[in-house]
Amino acid sequence: MDDSDLAAIWLTLRLATVVTIILLIVGTRIAWWLAHTRSRFKGAVGAVIALPLVLPPTVLGFYLLLAMGPNGPLGRFTEAIGLGFLPFTFTGLVIASVFYSLPFVVQPIQNAFEAIGVRPMEVAATLRASPRDAFWSVALPLARPGIVSGAILAFAHTVGEFGIVLMIGGNIPNKTRVVSVQIYDHVEALEYTQAHWLAGGMVLFSFLVLLALYTFNPAPPGKTA
Amino acid sequence: MDIRARFRLARGDFTLDVDLNLPGGGITALFGHSGSGKSTCLRAMAGLDRATDGYFAIGRRVWQDEACGLFVPPHQRPLGVVFQEPSLFPHLSVRGNMAYGQKRVLSADRRFSLPAIADLLGIEPLLDRPPAQLSGGERQRVAIARALLASPQILLMDEPLAALDLKRKLEILPYLERLHDEFSLPVIYVSHSPDEVARLANHLVLLDQGRQVASGPLREVLSRIDLPAIFADDAGVVIETRIAAQETDGLSRLEFCGGRIYVSRRDEPVGARVRCRIHARNVSLALVPQLHTSILNSVDACVVDLAPTDTPGHVLVRLDAAGEPLLARITRRSADRLRIRPGLALKAQIKAVALLA
Repeated sequence: MDDSDLAAIWLTLRLATVVTIILLIVGTRIAWWLAHTRSRFKGAVGAVIALPLVLPPTVLGFYLLLAMGPNGPLGRFTEAIGLGFLPFTFTGLVIASVFYSLPFVVQPIQNAFEAIGVRPMEVAATLRASPRDAFWSVALPLARPGIVSGAILAFAHTVGEFGIVLMIGGNIPNKTRVVSVQIYDHVEALEYTQAHWLAGGMVLFSFLVLLALYTFNPAPPGKTA
Repeated sequence: MDIRARFRLARGDFTLDVDLNLPGGGITALFGHSGSGKSTCLRAMAGLDRATDGYFAIGRRVWQDEACGLFVPPHQRPLGVVFQEPSLFPHLSVRGNMAYGQKRVLSADRRFSLPAIADLLGIEPLLDRPPAQLSGGERQRVAIARALLASPQILLMDEPLAALDLKRKLEILPYLERLHDEFSLPVIYVSHSPDEVARLANHLVLLDQGRQVASGPLREVLSRIDLPAIFADDAGVVIETRIAAQETDGLSRLEFCGGRIYVSRRDEPVGARVRCRIHARNVSLALVPQLHTSILNSVDACVVDLAPTDTPGHVLVRLDAAGEPLLARITRRSADRLRIRPGLALKAQIKAVALLA
């Protein structure tokens, strides 16, 4: 492995970490809303969040690229506040990845919140816990298995991105050239040995992540006793 | 310190519409069949459901007054709720569950200490266990302890024994009685079991289809004969007695203001108070004292009035035994033959007594 490989690995881990942290914050809020709302928009919001599960990454990447570009609403906004344009930057990659991996975080956490039901929250309220307090002291601990699953899936899925990275980030060393793109370059250049190292490493990494998910994630504590 | 509870709340085709004045102490039972609105009423008191038109106050503390838009959310009301399912937090130990509410009350406002409550409810040996390792009765005791440790001004219990078998019920009932005896804490107790109500309650509210049918002291309400047959053939009165003597032939003599009754030997000492339930169907009437009968218990009584029952062949007779109300359910034929009428003095023969404590 050469320096560019190591840089790609480092960039990938950095991207996945940042995206996972953002997704845990944003995804938990959305999951809580979806689990408890009686809004008629619940179905529509759930469907929009699930879109990346079925759309090719190129479609999502295409529209994000347009939105972030000089004529897109997001692009005009970022330019107005002095950030310039996001395509072909690390920040752009982070934003795209957050959209792309959102359903992998929201769905397990939403399922966990729905399994808890309203009773533990009612009990907490009758024991003087404000809704915010009860969220932290009851809902989050009870939903922990779902949150751990969501975090692991978000990290692993971001590491495994390819199409959306190419659409939004291109192939800029140290900025947007992640491992999956690096492998593509190696194969294009017929550098099969280097490709093997990285590809094999990805297989091993993915296997270990999934093994951890299926082995160590404790079974949900079930409904309240 | 009285409790005023007025709620109007519509749920689909069900409407709760009650206006209650309840005593600020003792156990008030909300009794009714399923669908009578008793649980809904309790949830409205807790603030878990918001009545569109409601007023709820304990003494001078007003928790809800929709006339001026006041609604104190449940977590700001100093109350305790025990649900039918114990609903313990599975991620916390028994101790953690009990401390959950206590931690959220200012130490100056705490009324009980955790060790004292654990002792009272007999859960000291369980403190470090996870809830999953407890029996149903133990879990419900922990739930009661958890509610008490939040230093409530009122304890709301929603059929806390309904999910338990008889053995577990008998295990918990003494603790519920101690709650009432040891703390001056008003308890609102929702139940559909006449026996539980007769054993525990001081004040009784009968609910039917979302409306209150009667509300008053337990003995007064139970001895009313004009009520719709909510208790059906379970009509009967509750009397407070005192153990007067332990007889040599395996009986205990109980005395109450209307007379004396003999029951199987009780373990309590002489002088102990025992609450008894006398079902109307276990009381027969005789115009003259009966000597040649196996029925041991006979008290002097005077007929107050008569009322029809749920079956055309029977009537319910309300009696006054020296100030103690009694009910007798007899056939209409017997009533006609004996010419039972208000003011008639007679003997009430009690065939069986249910001892409640």
